[in-house]
Amino acid sequence: MNDTKPSMLWPVAIRWRAPRTVVAVTIIALLAVLPMIASALESSYYVSFSTRILIYALASIGLNFILGFGGMVSLGHAMYVLLGAYAVAIPSSHGVTSGFIHVALAVGVCVPLAAGLGAVALRTSGIAFIMITLAFAQMLYFGAVSLKDYGGDDGLTIPARSTLGGLDLATNTTLYYVAFVTVLVALYLSWRAVLSPFGLVLRASRSNPRRATALGHPIFRYQLAAYVASAVVCAIAGVLLANLTLFASPAYGAWTLSGELIVIVILGGLGTVFGPVVGAIILLALEETLPTLVEATLPDYKSNWMLLLGLFIFFVALLLKRGVFGSLPASARSERAEP
Amino acid sequence: MSALITHSLVKRFGGVLATDRVSLTVEPGELHAIIGPNGAGKSTLIGQLAGEIASDSGSVRILGTDVTHMPTHKRAQLGLARTYQVTQLAKEFTALDNVLLAVNARAAHNFRFWSNAHHDTAAMQKAKAALATVGMSHLHHAEVGTLAHGEQRQLEIAMALATAPKLLLLDEPLAGMSQGESSGIIALLQSLKGRYPMLLVEHDMEAVFALADRVSVLVYGRIIATDTPDRIRENAEVRAAYLGEEV
Repeated sequence: MNDTKPSMLWPVAIRWRAPRTVVAVTIIALLAVLPMIASALESSYYVSFSTRILIYALASIGLNFILGFGGMVSLGHAMYVLLGAYAVAIPSSHGVTSGFIHVALAVGVCVPLAAGLGAVALRTSGIAFIMITLAFAQMLYFGAVSLKDYGGDDGLTIPARSTLGGLDLATNTTLYYVAFVTVLVALYLSWRAVLSPFGLVLRASRSNPRRATALGHPIFRYQLAAYVASAVVCAIAGVLLANLTLFASPAYGAWTLSGELIVIVILGGLGTVFGPVVGAIILLALEETLPTLVEATLPDYKSNWMLLLGLFIFFVALLLKRGVFGSLPASARSERAEP
Repeated sequence: MSALITHSLVKRFGGVLATDRVSLTVEPGELHAIIGPNGAGKSTLIGQLAGEIASDSGSVRILGTDVTHMPTHKRAQLGLARTYQVTQLAKEFTALDNVLLAVNARAAHNFRFWSNAHHDTAAMQKAKAALATVGMSHLHHAEVGTLAHGEQRQLEIAMALATAPKLLLLDEPLAGMSQGESSGIIALLQSLKGRYPMLLVEHDMEAVFALADRVSVLVYGRIIATDTPDRIRENAEVRAAYLGEEV
């Protein structure tokens, strides 16, 4: 297939034969038919496992927008996942089951919170930014722990999945497709935003903030807007996660989850739109399969499987500076051969 | 109206007076050069004018507006454009994207999320024109990291020009350049002369005396003389303080 010219739908020409395009399209196609394969194999477990991958991918797409394109290393983005999960759990415990209300609540709380926290955190950069975002996330974590009426430390179970118009989220496959479509929408929006005039300033604020400011760009506003958008995506991931697990607990806001999101983004490839999806698939698949693999081969060491995971991440970081997806060429071989 | 007026500008770093009551002007169309030995405070002064370094006292007016307490990006929006002594570019961008970023800095805002920045034909034309001005049309799609040092210096100037400036601050545009590269930039500055008011900080004496309408000599943060290039050459104090063995 030849390149597709930019149009209303595509912000850039699509190089169908470029390895990155091939991999991204293949993964999206596989994800689209995955529930059918799973039902043919009669293993519904893989549907919920894949939903989890999609939710992690979604949160990472959110984080990637500021980390990969804006250079803001937030070690607190799990707090927005936590927020989204409680936006489902708390109303549900009062009998409010409408998914529209859950999403509206998640976004409605997330936007002012992220705008406030972001405005403070963005006064700093580098290590200080990491520490401030971590501190805010810890505050929210302990805030959730202190909600004694809502399970405190133990979290709370959610009686049933959100209702979403005519969609029956109680069916695992439906929830899967809701997550799948949400991921596609998030990918598409971040793709357009990255290439837009807004994205140009955002990327410049990562590459050379001093120069962008000297040219006359008030980069703080761009960084803050990107931070809020990124938080909203994570909050929606939280809404989906609570629906998947029918559970919300302070652990959803643990700093380890924030760290995991960063690992996913870096593993997939900083500064690539599709990287987080690849990163989420790799990380969650390894977390799922390594324990069994180690137990089968080296039973005495089965509790040490994370060592292997650590080694894998180490080698990706060492050998593939641009991550797994980011290391794939963005143009086809025939194009690269030409000068 | 003067393009730039500073009045008794002061900057201290601890006990060191980096800028000592500096008063200078840049008139419309004028190229005013600042020379001075290493450590004289030239880059500090540029930083104060651009707003990256806060002044301890004194004032700065750009095109009649008092900008003493104005943040950097607002000064840029008034029409102040600068280049850096140590090249400051978006390294991962192409040459054209760097210039486009400069062009877009003059848009009312860039909170446009949907359209592709490259499809804004008016902005792209301005960006290409600025690259053409510095003779880099053939390097549109070159990633900045792959450009030669001299080309990066030219790109710095293209970016400053792309913002449609009303005042140019050039911080050692010839720094680290070969003879051949230098003469290209000097010719470029010569062609820009009269079109923009410029404040040029430069080490290269030959270039300064060839280009400048007026020259100020900065020593230990203080301006010891401001005059035409010819008179500066003859000024005894200047010769003793600085030019001694060079002229």
